[in-house]
Formats: sequence, structure tokens, C-alpha cells
Amino acid sequence: MTVLSAKNITMQFGGLTAVDQFNLELDSNELVGLIGPNGAGKTTIFNMLTGVYVPTMGEIVLNDQSIIKKTPHDIVKLGASRTFQNIRLFKDLTAIENVKIAYHNFIEYNMIQGMFRTKKFWEGEKKAQIECMKLLEIFDMGEYADTLAKNLPYGQQRKLEIARALASDPKVLMLDEPAAGMNPNETAELMETIHFIRNKFDITVLLIEHDMKLVMGICERIIVVDYGKTIAEGTPDEIKNNPDVIRAYLGD
Amino acid sequence: MDHNKKKSYLINAIAIVALYLVFFVLIQTKTMNNYFVGIAIMTCIMIIMAMSLNIVAGFLGEMALGHAGFMAIGAYSSASFSIALVDSGLPLPHLVILILAMIVGGIVAGIFGFLIGTPTLRLRGDYLGIVTIGFSEIIRIFFINFGPTGGAAGLKGITRLVNFNNVYWITILVAVLIFTLGRSKQGRAIISIREDEIASEAAGIPTTRYKVLAFSLAAFFAGIGGALYAHYQSFLEPSKFGFMFSIEMFVIVVLGGLGSLTGSIISAIVLTILPEMLRGFSEYRLLVYSLVLIIMMIFRPQGIFGRSEFSLTAFIESLIQRKNVKNSIGGGEAS
Repeated sequence: MTVLSAKNITMQFGGLTAVDQFNLELDSNELVGLIGPNGAGKTTIFNMLTGVYVPTMGEIVLNDQSIIKKTPHDIVKLGASRTFQNIRLFKDLTAIENVKIAYHNFIEYNMIQGMFRTKKFWEGEKKAQIECMKLLEIFDMGEYADTLAKNLPYGQQRKLEIARALASDPKVLMLDEPAAGMNPNETAELMETIHFIRNKFDITVLLIEHDMKLVMGICERIIVVDYGKTIAEGTPDEIKNNPDVIRAYLGD
Repeated sequence: MDHNKKKSYLINAIAIVALYLVFFVLIQTKTMNNYFVGIAIMTCIMIIMAMSLNIVAGFLGEMALGHAGFMAIGAYSSASFSIALVDSGLPLPHLVILILAMIVGGIVAGIFGFLIGTPTLRLRGDYLGIVTIGFSEIIRIFFINFGPTGGAAGLKGITRLVNFNNVYWITILVAVLIFTLGRSKQGRAIISIREDEIASEAAGIPTTRYKVLAFSLAAFFAGIGGALYAHYQSFLEPSKFGFMFSIEMFVIVVLGGLGSLTGSIISAIVLTILPEMLRGFSEYRLLVYSLVLIIMMIFRPQGIFGRSEFSLTAFIESLIQRKNVKNSIGGGEAS
């Protein structure tokens, strides 16, 4: 079943075409990698899929609903959430508060009930605390729950960002260079984590990554873009031996 | 609600009542004369103003320099309302009139906050600051030229309904409400916008809606502050609500620590009482006031409390612990 599909999406910035007629089909529970040289348009594709940019042309459908011109927070509600290339946590808040913010839509009390702390407030907060703590514990971060996000080690910050993205209960999780700046050990651990959350939460994962070991190791399907165009698509083994991909990365 | 929460609620409630009783005794025994009571009332009003500004400046992290404008709207609308209500001759107790006038002032100011916030909150930082200054000046000029509320000559004949008793409890109520707001899901959403707007949007927070909400709420509470001011002074003139008054409130919030409500309370108390204390050497008054601010900003640029809150419960617990440690050391020496 297709969860997320993009048809011929094009993004032009003035005269520059950053992404040209890009197509994407993500089935449920798939783990797909999006790779390409620097400036190929990967992050632009991500930004279109998450509503940050509105494509100049084309159509994006998430769970049978068009998401063109929808705001990013509406798209999160429809079931696609993301992380960022450069970590964007709420630095001065604790780890659990970071997760609770993304859990926002599942807490049911209004502002007046919150300000007067009615029974509904306590119930909602209790539920949020329990659920968010569960999520942190899945990532072995229970002990860090009350640590400020900015004081966490780098690897934990990456994990916290993924945990936060999962708190909104997405169908599609998009990870923008999750292994950037990690050492080989952390990368290996992250690979395991990504594999684990895909199975545990039964979600589709789309990831941009430069670390070939990670991409080749866990992705079932890889899409290669260059100059805003798809130049190859297939299993890791097919991609490794594709002459177009080798040309794009190494030149003629 | 767990045991610790209940304990801290109880401790804070006792402290609030105790503080009230202290003032009550001081006023009843005439130890505090009318002049000091006046300062205490003004301090309470400034606490409300600073805390409400902290919703925008501290929680939302935006520079709003037009808070006096919302206060003016609250003051004038509530005063007009109460004058009409008193003239109508309905036999209502003073407290009821005051509460109704406060609600009217708050709601009218909140509506203006919504109307002004919706178009301007697209701007950020200094630009928003400039636009809010502009709006508060428009409001001031409007009241100077608006005949029905007295124009430049001011609005006279407001019944004086505010005394220390009611202003104290209203301040406590507003403080508690703003405090609980900051710790609700809505407060968290507003704070997340301060931390990182893009990430907040990506986490599913409708950022525009929450920005407008924060702005309107700040205006609402500013309107309540304005209503109290009007019914304390019993006379309103537009020149009071100028640009400098907005800056004064902003200074209080920055000095207390952006995002720290207890900081706002402490700094509102200090900065309202300090100029009064310095009346003795009036020519150097502003000099000392400015020096205090400069020294403060050099040695503690994040404000008195930074972003953290002062917790009475934690303070008492640390005192008890220190005592226990001392006792155990003493016991060790004796043996």
C-alpha cells in the first residue's frame, strides 16, 4: 500500500530548478534511502514533502490526501514527521518536555482547564508523562528525561530528535542525515535503532544520508538524485554497480 | 496530583496568606500610611503588567514594546464601563463592579491584542518591536483626541474601587493563572516557539495560532492591570501610557529574567519601590536607577533568575537539609 507518493514535483527558485520532475512512491513499512552528491536537491525534496516549501509543480499525496499547500503542522497531523540535518531541539527544555511538545495533539484539555488545573488537566498531563517516558525508554534515554536537551551528548541529541518525531505518531518518518557527525560506533548503534523503530512502530522510513555504510546497510531501496533529477533507483547492490551513480559521485 | 505537589501548594498558600496578614496588620495599625499603601498597590499593578508582558517577551520570546497601549485600552474601556454602571444606579457592591470592569477591560484589550497580533506577528525581533511601539502610540494619540473619554484633559470621575485587599488577591490570582499557563500544554507550545519556531512547526504545533494566543492573553492580562490602575487612580490621562511606560515594563521583565515569572515579581517590586526610596535625593534619582540597571546587566545579563523560577518549597527544603547536615556534623564531633 502506498503511504506517500510524489508525482513530478518540481521546485524552482527564480531561474534555478532545484528539483526537476521528481517521483517517489513509498510503501508502508519500507526503509528507503535518498542519496546524491552535495547540492543535488535532497533537502529541498524533504522540505517539499514536509510542507516547508510548496512545489512549483506536481502533486504530493499522503495517506490518500493531497498535502500541497498544507502547512507543516497539518502534515504532521496527517502522519509525516521529520528530523533536521542540523539538530533542532528545544535546547533549554528537558528531554521529556521536548517529547511532550510533539505529543501535544494527543493531550486533551483546553487552555481554561489548563490554567485552572481541573481534573482533565491532571489526567492529560499524567498520560503525556507516561507515554513520553515510554518513548524515551525505547531509546534507552529514561535516565536523561530531566536533563536539558543542550546538555545531552551529541548522539543522544540525535536520538532525542528521532524520539520527538515519533511522538506525533507518524506513518512516515523522514530523517535528514541522521548520522551526520557521528563516529562509526554511534552510526552502527543508530542503524540498529532505525531498524528497530521501523519494526516496532510499523512505519515507513525515508532517510537522506551521506554515510554509505549506513545507507547500503539498512535501506531496502535507494533513490539517487543529481541536479534535481532521479538518476537511479533500486536495491543497494544495483546502485553500487550503476555507472550513472558512479559518474555522479566520482565524475567521468 | 501527587504528595509533593500538594505539599508545595500548601506551603505557597500559607506564604501567600501570611504575607497578606502582615500587610493587613501593618495597614490596620497604621504602621503603613496611605503613601506606603499607595506604593504597595502600584507595585501589585506593576507585577500584573510585568507578568503579562512576560507571556510575550519571556514565553514567546518576542520583543513587544507596546504594552502600555493595551494597558490604556483596558484602563479606558473598564473606566467607561464602570462609570456607566455606577450612573445607571444599579445597587451593586463595589467588588462586583470592579470585577465586571476588569473583565470588560481585559476582554477589550484582548480583542485588540488579537487584532494587532494577527497581522504583526509575521514580523520578528526588532521589526515587531517597532511595529508594537507604533501601535501603542496610535492608541495613545487616539485617546488624546477622543472626546467621549475626556481627550487630552483626561477621564475624570472614576469611582475608586481598588484598595490593597482586593488588588492583592487579584494579583495572586493573575500570577497563579499565568504560572499554570506556562506549565500547561498551551504554555509548552508557546515556549517551544521561543526555542525554535521551525522545529516547533515540524513537531505539529500550529505556531501562528499560538503566537496570536500568547499575544492576546498578554493583552488580556494587561487590560486587567489597566482596569486596576484606572480604578485606583480614579483619573486617567493619555500621556501616562506613553512609550517610556512600555519601556519601563520591558525593563522590569528583562531585569527579572525573560521567562521567569518569579523574577518578574521580584523585579517589579524592586523597580517600583526603588524610585520612591530615592525621592530623598531627587536630582540623582534617575542616575542611581540607571546605574542599578547597568550594573545588573553587566554582572547578570540573563536577569535576576534567568529562565528558572524561585521555588519556595525547594528553598525551605534546602534550609532544612542544611540544618540537618550541620546537626549531623555536630553530633559526630560530640561522639
